[in-house]
Formats: sequence, structure tokens, C-alpha cells
Amino acid sequence: MFRNTYDSDNTVFSPQGRLHQVEYALEAVKQGSAAVGLRSKTHSILLALKRSTGELASYQQKMFRIDDHIGIAIAGLTSDARVLSNFMRQQAMSSKMVFNRPVPVNRLVSTVADKAQVNTQEYGRRPYGVGFLVIGQDQSGPHLYEFSPSGNSYEYYAMSIGARSQSAKTYLEKHYESFADCNLEDLIRHGLHALRETLQQDKELNINNTSIGIVGPASEHENGVPPTGPFRILEGEKIDAFLGTMIAKETEAPAAAPAATGDEDVQMAE
Amino acid sequence: MDHFPTSWGRPRNDAIDAYGTYPIAQRPYNGPKDAFSEGVQHTQQPIVTGTSVLAIKFKDGVMMAADNLASYGSLARFKDVQRLYPVGTHTVIGAGGDMSDFQYIQSMLDELMIDEFCAQDGHTLGPAEIHEYLAQVMYARRSKMNPLWNALLVGGVKDGKSFLAFVDLLGTTYTASTLATGYGAHIAQPLLRSAVETHEHELTEAQARQIIDDSMKVLFYRDARSINKYQVATITAAGSSISDSITLETTWDFAEGIRGYGAQTE
Repeated sequence: MFRNTYDSDNTVFSPQGRLHQVEYALEAVKQGSAAVGLRSKTHSILLALKRSTGELASYQQKMFRIDDHIGIAIAGLTSDARVLSNFMRQQAMSSKMVFNRPVPVNRLVSTVADKAQVNTQEYGRRPYGVGFLVIGQDQSGPHLYEFSPSGNSYEYYAMSIGARSQSAKTYLEKHYESFADCNLEDLIRHGLHALRETLQQDKELNINNTSIGIVGPASEHENGVPPTGPFRILEGEKIDAFLGTMIAKETEAPAAAPAATGDEDVQMAE
Repeated sequence: MDHFPTSWGRPRNDAIDAYGTYPIAQRPYNGPKDAFSEGVQHTQQPIVTGTSVLAIKFKDGVMMAADNLASYGSLARFKDVQRLYPVGTHTVIGAGGDMSDFQYIQSMLDELMIDEFCAQDGHTLGPAEIHEYLAQVMYARRSKMNPLWNALLVGGVKDGKSFLAFVDLLGTTYTASTLATGYGAHIAQPLLRSAVETHEHELTEAQARQIIDDSMKVLFYRDARSINKYQVATITAAGSSISDSITLETTWDFAEGIRGYGAQTE
């Protein structure tokens, strides 16, 4: 039976200088269904693939609104995500109440990363088993951040997390240079194409299994969005128009989708 | 680890321990303290006090003035106290009321601005944010029956918008193009209003300065807790500056003709 001597306690380094509990937490993120984030000069967007446990079950919520100007997509343990999104909401409210200022996105992400880092260092705790993509806008424009349970947070032009997210990443790496000047419709189309790469062979994106989160001015397919372009989550019928803009895979440049690394299942490196 | 089962499973307080940094045993105690432990320390009245602060908006920003006196009752105890204080680059606050509480507010804001500076992410606190913060602190303190005994004006410019607002020891806030605290709210405010209101956007800095100088002179004649030495702060998009102390030229010839009280013998 596989047994690892150095993984029973997150504060103990292995002889290779690794913290196994933290690495397991990163694996938990890879178990969750994929989420993709992209940023242009005017917008940040999230796209996520929702799962349902069966024909009779509803689809699990993948996106959460933190404040008018910030939203997240999650991959990993939903219960941990609810704890952390609650925390982020409190931080956002606190900034609004104390300074009458929407919390700057980078500060919120750093705060939640600091909180997660403590759990990788103290005895008797476990790391959070969830990763976020965070989008938001503040005085310095739209932003996209990744948060991971190791306590890292980075800003990105485009990023993907979750199961088979490497395939989406490959797509994003190929096209990211065009994202900055994209309009919202093209940006979402790129996002949908990237998200499609994470699907299993016989699956397709549809209005039930796809969520779109947007920060920035309204799209031509949206109604009743205030001019400030607050964070909103589009689901169901509202994303039909966006799904319609996708270009079928066959007609596309065939280069994409290299060796899907099959990280659907947990595979510890080493 | 805390081995006492009674301390397990206590909800954390995110307001105090946002990062969950402390092991359970070392977490701050959030329960009630002894009812009398702080009772005798509450501020019941101001001791060393400053009088009015005046402020007006003009074309390019905000101008604020306060004299240099800190009184001990009716005694003119300290004659070179600065009651205007810059916070960051584009905000100035002016205080009347208890000067020790004002000094506390200054150090509190200094700490806040250092924290903000250390983030080094391009986000700064402007006058509106500082005013909101002060309002929350003042209201929180009054709710603990231990107010910071001040009336404060906050003025500044951020993103091309000038800002001027009031907050006092109760946490009361309001905003206007002319503001005055203390005795000045009775004596100077009507003068400021008639000179400024409706042409805030036309007044030049020189005109604004003239209005402030005139009002400070009237206040010195009328307010027995004032002194003929004051400073003027000017905040524009270029930043804030606080002048050196200015001494008022005043005449008291007319006093010779006043009869009915004082040291006259006939």
C-alpha cells in the first residue's frame, strides 16, 4: 500500500523540502471542475463548468459575488469556498463601511492568501482545499487574480484552474496576446473555447453546465446592466447568445488540444 | 494547543483576528470586561481646548483656517499650537475642541497613512475616505460613552474633485461649500455663506484668502477664546500647504468710547 511518512502533519517538511499536505490541497483544486478567467483593457470575465451529481440533481454553483465590483469562480471543496467567500465579503463590507471605498482587488486577494498561508504553517490545521479565480475592477482598471491554497496569489492576463485546466491553459497561452484589445463578446468567445478544451470527449457546453461572470460595461446581449459594469453572473437562457458565437471545433485551427494530461484523477507527482 | 475543552469550537472574530493567526489559547478575549475597569477614564469634558475652524471651497480647491491658541478654561494657556494637520498629500484636517484628543487623532491617522503607504499598490486614501474613517471612529467612541471631544473639518482634493466635510464628537457629519466649527459656526458661517455660496467655482485663491482673513479678524474681535495669530491651509490638485502663523493687525480705539463696564471710573 502507498504510504508517505511525511504527510501526516502540514508543518513537517519532507527530506526533499516539500510540504505534502499543501501539495495534497493543490490536488483538491484539480479535482474540481474547471474555471477560466480572462482580462481585456475594459473587462475581466470568468467562465466555469458546473457539475451535477446525476440526472436528478441540480448543478453546483461555481461563482460567487463578493461585492458590486468583485466576483470569484471556485474549484475544489465548495464548503471551504463558502467559508473564504464569506470572509472576503466581510472584508469588502468593512472597507465600504470604514472608508466608504470599494476594497481594492489586490488587497482583498492578498488578505485571503495571507489567511490561507497561516494554515500551511501552524500545527493542528489543514490548508484550504479550494482555489479561486478572482475578477474585479477598481481605480486601476479590471483585474484577474488566481488564489491557491498554498497561500500564493498572482495576477494574470488569463488563467484556468480545476480538472483538465491544462488544456484550457494551452488555448489561453496561444491566444492571450489578442485579449487586451478584445471586445466583451470576443473575450467571452475565447473563454468558451478555452473552457471547451476541459470537457470530456462526448460532452458539450450548454446553458445548464456553463456560468459566465463579468465585470465591466454591458455586452450587446445583456439588458439592464448599470453603466458602472458591476459583477454579474450569467446563467441559463442568458448565455444562449454567447454559446451561439462559438466556432465549432472542426473548423478551427487544429493545433489546439495537445496531450490532455488526464488530471481528472488524483495523481501525485513523484 | 489548547487542551481545555471549554475553549474549543469558539467562533473566531474576523474583525480582530482576520488571518486566524493566533493559536486558540492565545486568541484575544472578546467577552465583557469588568464593568468599572474603564469607567473612570472616560472623557467627561474637554480640558485644553481649541476654538473655531473655518473652511471654504474655491475654484481650485479648499482653504481652511484656525488660530494658534489652546485655552485652559478661559486662560490663554498655549499660544503656538497648530490646529491644522496634513494627512497624506491632498487632505488637511482642522480641529476644535480637546487638543489632547486631537493629538491622538493625528497619531492615529499617521499610523493609518503609513499602513496605506506600505501596501505600495497605487491606492491612496483621499479626503472622502479619511472623513468616513474619522466619522466611524468618532461614532464608535461616542457609543462607548468615551468620545474624542472634537469638532473636525476635513478638506482636500482628489481626482479633480474638491471635498469639504464636518464631523464631531457624536459622529455627526455634514458637508457644504462653507463650514465652521465652534463659535465660528455662529459668527463666521453667515459671513462665509454670503461671500462664497453660488460662486464656489469662480472664487480665486486670492479672493478666498481675503474672505478667510476677514472672517478670522471678525472672530478674533468677537470670540473671547481666540488669539490674533492663525494659520491658513490651502489644498489644490497640486497638493496641500499650511502657511506660517499670521498675526492680525487690529485696532482697539473704539474701545475707548465704550462705557458701562470695565475699568472706567466715570
